[in-house]
Amino acid sequence: MSASRITAVERWTPASRIAVAAAAIIIAVLAVGPAIFSANAVDKLTTLFIYVILALMWNALVGFCGLVSIGQQAFFGLGAYAAIRLANWGVGVYPSLFLGALIVGALSWPLSLLMLRLKGGEFAIGMWVMSELAHLLVNLDTLVRGETGTSLIELNAYASGNRRALTYWCALAAMAGLLAIVFRLLRSPLGAAIQAIRDNEQAAESIGVRVMSAKRLVFTLAAFGTALAGALWVATALTFQPKAYFSPLWTAYMIFMALVGGLGTFEGAILGAVIFFAIETWFGDMGVWYLVGLGATALIFALLFPRGIWGWVEDHTSLRLLPVGYRLRFSSPDGGHTRAIGGEEDRRDSGAER
Amino acid sequence: MIFLSQIIQGVLLGGYYALIASGLSFMFGVMGVINLAHGSLAVLAAYALFVLADRFGIEPFLGLCLVAPAMALVGWALQRLVLERSARGGVLVPVLSTFGLSIIIDNLLFEGFGADTRSLAPYIGDLSYDSWSLGDTIAIGKLAALTMAVAIVLLGGIQTFLNRTQIGRAIRATAEDSDTAELVGVNARRVNAIAAAIALTTVAVAGAFLGMRATFDPYAGGAQLIFAFEASVIGGAGSLWGTLIGGIVLGVAQSLGALVNPQGFFIAGHLAFLAVLFARLSFGDLGQRVRTALTGRNRS
Repeated sequence: MSASRITAVERWTPASRIAVAAAAIIIAVLAVGPAIFSANAVDKLTTLFIYVILALMWNALVGFCGLVSIGQQAFFGLGAYAAIRLANWGVGVYPSLFLGALIVGALSWPLSLLMLRLKGGEFAIGMWVMSELAHLLVNLDTLVRGETGTSLIELNAYASGNRRALTYWCALAAMAGLLAIVFRLLRSPLGAAIQAIRDNEQAAESIGVRVMSAKRLVFTLAAFGTALAGALWVATALTFQPKAYFSPLWTAYMIFMALVGGLGTFEGAILGAVIFFAIETWFGDMGVWYLVGLGATALIFALLFPRGIWGWVEDHTSLRLLPVGYRLRFSSPDGGHTRAIGGEEDRRDSGAER
Repeated sequence: MIFLSQIIQGVLLGGYYALIASGLSFMFGVMGVINLAHGSLAVLAAYALFVLADRFGIEPFLGLCLVAPAMALVGWALQRLVLERSARGGVLVPVLSTFGLSIIIDNLLFEGFGADTRSLAPYIGDLSYDSWSLGDTIAIGKLAALTMAVAIVLLGGIQTFLNRTQIGRAIRATAEDSDTAELVGVNARRVNAIAAAIALTTVAVAGAFLGMRATFDPYAGGAQLIFAFEASVIGGAGSLWGTLIGGIVLGVAQSLGALVNPQGFFIAGHLAFLAVLFARLSFGDLGQRVRTALTGRNRS
């Protein structure tokens, strides 16, 4: 290594320029989706967009901040509840999806003060307790009628075709917006700080990264995004049964998507959501065995391939589609061939520190 | 008077929470691992006892003689196959892998036994409902009292084992610093596997009492994990006698909450947990302080 010379510090590669352009084109095509796709396809895509949001948010929290939470269903359920509550108070039903998520995000800020002082597994289950508490408190609202639940009846004001298209556009806009926010965030100086925390928290702190405020920002963003996903889910499912929304199964889905796709890689979250969506489409009817399979896959990935599919791609190729780090290009004096080292290179070595 | 009665019931309920929390607390204290499959494993043990009683007519207390060693083997395997490998990947991986394991266990139980709730109460005769009455309004259930007694014996037994035996000292040394323990001849891998086996033996006992005192279903594991976690955090994570205090605080909070509102039982429990957590993070460890006050020592 000492004999090699750094010839370039690069972020964009030809492949990543193409990937970002392709992503923009795909989103533009998806934007006219309701005009070309069948009703069933529109519904399916809406579901996929929500999965992408969930995977992205959990991956931001865990993959980039090292905060494993088993309680993200708290925000999913609260987002759905907030939308129903606001719509019942007379706020327009679509604005209330976003407004509700904003309120939940704002509430998560003071919550982060308490929860982020917990470490590791304690934080994980502490969040689960928070989610149980949120579930019980939501049940106290007479509008929800306990576990019987309620529905977003205000949506009946729209004809079913319009409703489908509007919900689809909301989900697409939410997904594209959150992808852009997280992408921008991770590429900013703060994003470099966040990735430094992921790599080694003590080392990051020692060079002046404000660890706690960075973690709080990501915690709040993840709460907001997950709440938005919950609100969008209630807009597609129409019914709100607290038990179904506050179920830890949602976190299991998020873990599955992030782990299989590639924890701590930006592309991995999207890939994981698409894989999960495909598996659910093919095997979802199998019920219990489908869930056993999800649990087993998550276990196997955690034990054997903790970097997931995209992590493998990053380790074995120099392919970066949506780069959030920098790469150093070296030339070695003997062969003259160049090789690139990703900005994420040190991560596996520092795993024990996390 | 009903107030006093509720407090007494809450204290006794705390015995069960201490029981279910002891394995979680022990594992966290010794191995630094929070096992998210803890509750599901307790439910698994309860189902095993149910099958023994239902199909083979082996009553639960006798059945425990078979299930406890079996769960110890499960603990050994869990440590060797899952936890050991996970721990190498950092502190996050055990959380993910044990959560995955809990999903597998829960759904396999559902596949095998369906959604029906089960109970071990029918197989223990009048112990499940018999009680001693003190005055007109206060009754102490014999099963609840037995649960408390078993919790105290179990926690005391583990404490004595850790303090007095060779292997107990090896476990504590490994918990303190496994590399240094290896230097002085402790086989850390073996010690951790033994510790996991002990933890899972307590899980088998907790599963037995879970089944005897109430009903359970395949998805009951999550709630048991949460109770165990709350009790162990309230008492000061990783401390055994603190776990008993934590269980009692949780049980009393729930019993008093139930007086206020039907849903108050769980809400009060969670709020007590959060209040203690907040106090602990702001002013130091409650369990540690109580122990220090009681024993005048810093480490138990």
